[in-house]
Amino acid sequence: MDLNYSDEEKAFRAEVRAFLAENLPAEVSDKVRRGISLGKEGHEKWHATLNARGWLAYNWPREFGGAEWNAVQRHIFEEECAAAYAPRIVPFGLSMLAPVLQKFGTKEQQDHYLPRILSGDDWWCQGYSEPGAGSDLASLKTRAVRDGDHYVVNGQKTWTTLGQYANWIFCLVRTDPEAKQQEGISFLLIDMSTPGITVRPIALLDGTPEVNEVFFDDVRVPVENLVGEENKGWTYAKYLLTHERTNIAGVGFSQAGLDAVKRIARIETANGRPLIENPHFAARLAQVEIDLMAMATTNMRIISQAASGQAPGVESSMLKVKGTIIRQEINDLTRRAVGPYAMPFASEAVEGDNAPIGPDYAGPVAAHYFNNRKLSIFGGSNEIQRGIIAKVKMGG
Amino acid sequence: MDFNLTEERQMLQDTLRRYLADRYTTSVRNTILDSDSGMSAEIWAGLAELGVIGALFSEEDGGFGGAGFDIATVFEELGRAGVVEPMLDSAILGGRLIAALGDDTQRGLLEEIIGGAAHLALAHGEPASRYDLTRVETTARVDGDEIVLNGRKAVVVNAETAGHLIVSARESGGIFDLDGISLFLVPAGTPGLALHGYPMLAGGRAAEVMLDNVRLPQSARLGAAGAGLAPLMDVIAAANVALCAECVGAMQSAVELTRSYLMTRKQFGRPIGTFQALQHRFADMLIELEQARSALINASGHLDSADRDRQIAAARNLIARVGRLVAEEAIQMHGGIAMTQEYELAHIAKRIVMADHRFGDADYHLERFIVLSAA
Ligand SMILES: Cc1cc2nc3c(=O)[nH]c(=O)nc-3n(C[C@H](O)[C@H](O)[C@H](O)COP(=O)(O)OP(=O)(O)OC[C@H]3O[C@@H](n4cnc5c(N)ncnc54)[C@H](O)[C@@H]3O)c2cc1C
Ligand SMILES: Cc1cc2nc3c(=O)[nH]c(=O)nc-3n(C[C@H](O)[C@H](O)[C@H](O)COP(=O)(O)OP(=O)(O)OC[C@H]3O[C@@H](n4cnc5c(N)ncnc54)[C@H](O)[C@@H]3O)c2cc1C
Repeated sequence: MDLNYSDEEKAFRAEVRAFLAENLPAEVSDKVRRGISLGKEGHEKWHATLNARGWLAYNWPREFGGAEWNAVQRHIFEEECAAAYAPRIVPFGLSMLAPVLQKFGTKEQQDHYLPRILSGDDWWCQGYSEPGAGSDLASLKTRAVRDGDHYVVNGQKTWTTLGQYANWIFCLVRTDPEAKQQEGISFLLIDMSTPGITVRPIALLDGTPEVNEVFFDDVRVPVENLVGEENKGWTYAKYLLTHERTNIAGVGFSQAGLDAVKRIARIETANGRPLIENPHFAARLAQVEIDLMAMATTNMRIISQAASGQAPGVESSMLKVKGTIIRQEINDLTRRAVGPYAMPFASEAVEGDNAPIGPDYAGPVAAHYFNNRKLSIFGGSNEIQRGIIAKVKMGG
Repeated sequence: MDFNLTEERQMLQDTLRRYLADRYTTSVRNTILDSDSGMSAEIWAGLAELGVIGALFSEEDGGFGGAGFDIATVFEELGRAGVVEPMLDSAILGGRLIAALGDDTQRGLLEEIIGGAAHLALAHGEPASRYDLTRVETTARVDGDEIVLNGRKAVVVNAETAGHLIVSARESGGIFDLDGISLFLVPAGTPGLALHGYPMLAGGRAAEVMLDNVRLPQSARLGAAGAGLAPLMDVIAAANVALCAECVGAMQSAVELTRSYLMTRKQFGRPIGTFQALQHRFADMLIELEQARSALINASGHLDSADRDRQIAAARNLIARVGRLVAEEAIQMHGGIAMTQEYELAHIAKRIVMADHRFGDADYHLERFIVLSAA
């Protein structure tokens, strides 16, 4: 056992820190810290900055232009980025679709799509969920029927995150309605500008236009946009989900959130004393910090297993459950820390640059508390994760 | 002991529930939430006509109720329907302060309040006061025949609609002193008064209120000089009962919505309510809701008793804890649909959780309870 980072790892951390100090503009980190949306351009700019350094595709193999970092390096990078309030990397193209194309795509698909993900020419969104297929994803109904050298797609996807920015969507579609549920699904790449596609925004409960419904009405998709084999899409989808679950614990986010709430609690006062000295508040803060310290080590234990070649199994489900509980608890503490100034809702506090109503940190905290209820719902709900853990451990 | 509502209150509950079920549908409310004023004049007039505002005042003040159980009856229904109109501000905080302290001229406003023609807002909290009722930095200075106010009031709910603001200001003592806080009835539009208004996350509107040499005649004084804290605490106690009731009503709706969703939403070929993992949590919501209802009854029944403040601290602490549980569990068991603005539960959950930020959250009331229990 050795809880210390190696000299190499420490040097790597210093390098990341120096890069962030030099390349992350203060106005950008300020927006991230205050929870203000960066818009499409803001994200694209940050991607370009990382790409110029060769760090955008840090989880890709070198042969595809990636940095091929090991799990510990990735973890250090993610931790430093969160601590510096760097924008999160939008995952849909980079860490969801790309690994699938790298493993199952044709050479043509790899050569065409991967560079466009790096350059930012394409913004991808994820078309898995449907109104009737959430946790039970395999029950999806969107149909793709072969017609010559095209598939004709009809149906509806929903909850499509940032679909309003996307020019491409990767979809799970049903190609064989007769087969057993999981065996009739295919993985299709669809150009969002194809006639017959309609995107309708869904406002989330904090007012943010984050997700969409996407409707397909006789949408013609060239057969070369099929990934892998027809009716094997479920295998690829599951492969993708394992990648969706990397960095699932969100230790960096929690650490940054905890630092932020401490900073707020030093400024806010209760009964004339700093809130951070209030015994009830301090106790709640300490509790979540204790949980986070342990989870950070759980996370590292699992990461080093993965680094030594063992695939994480139920552990990633465990990290998802505990990680989201901790993040949501920190969101709750932050909401409470700001007192009455949690009540104002200026969508501009979340979306724009207008002057804040109360202290600048107070604007978006209640909105974030509500928005982050999603953490325990998407990417396999916490109930589904618990089901997986129990099933695996009891040999079900 | 008798846990039944009186006949009058039962009637009030039935009429109000029916009225809101008919007139305050999700789509009507979503339109109200999107509107510039953040409230509906038509609904307000409707509520006044039904006698809902009158139920919050005693007979001598021109109403026909005013007790803790009247407040609870009204606010439980408002909570159930997710009403965003400023009943707490115009009637409980504003109206009841005027009823308690007003001279004959000032009391003239009561009829307008009860009739739905006038609105009020209480401008007490300040940027640094958090939930501390005694911390007042805004100053009042006598200058000849006039009183001059200076300071800033934070998150003043309903300030823009109110015809008058009730402003607290310090006339003597240090910023935490119990004595020395005075109250003033300040007409909207008084020179030196500036409002910076904004919508709130859970509906309705509030404003930052700047007082820059606001000059008032002596007749604007509400109650005796320097003696404002006790009457403020009285109306805030009533407001806390109202908030408890609103949360209980809203939780009832959250539970009801969850119940029917669990029974209708199908995944894996069966209603999700057949999964025991969800059944037990639904059962826990019901168990906790009964606790919340009892805490509300305790608080309502003690509004006029010597044990008032301790009972209210207990109820608000318990209801804040249960509220968070119910709101979060209801959202979780709905999945994605509960995350959407348009869905009824999203609004209900916001009303429950954001009640925390008015007059104190679970920690604040826990601390109050400890102090009051030790006394
Ligand atoms: C903000 C947000 C962004 C999203 N982004 C995307 C996206 O970009 N692309 C995409 O494809 N999807 C996306 N999703 C969809 C997400 O993956 C689904 O919401 C999720 O799979 C849950 O499905 P559901 O919402 O239909 O809930 P349901 O599956 O209907 O679940 C409802 C409740 O039942 C529980 N439940 C279901 N089955 C069981 C069981 N067997 N045992 C116990 N409990 C069970 C669930 O845990 C939940 O509590 C997003 C969702 C949200 C909220
Ligand atoms: C101190 C004591 C005094 C008692 N006195 C009496 C008495 O006076 N008269 C009498 O008749 N009996 C009495 N009992 C017995 C008592 O009723 C049983 O212990 C009880 O019914 C549970 O049965 P079990 O111990 O066989 O546990 P099991 O029924 O085997 O349960 C084991 C665990 O599984 C859980 N479980 C079981 N079924 C389900 C399900 N469908 N869903 C979810 N979880 C489930 C249980 O909650 C428990 O956690 C007593 C028991 C104790 C410990």
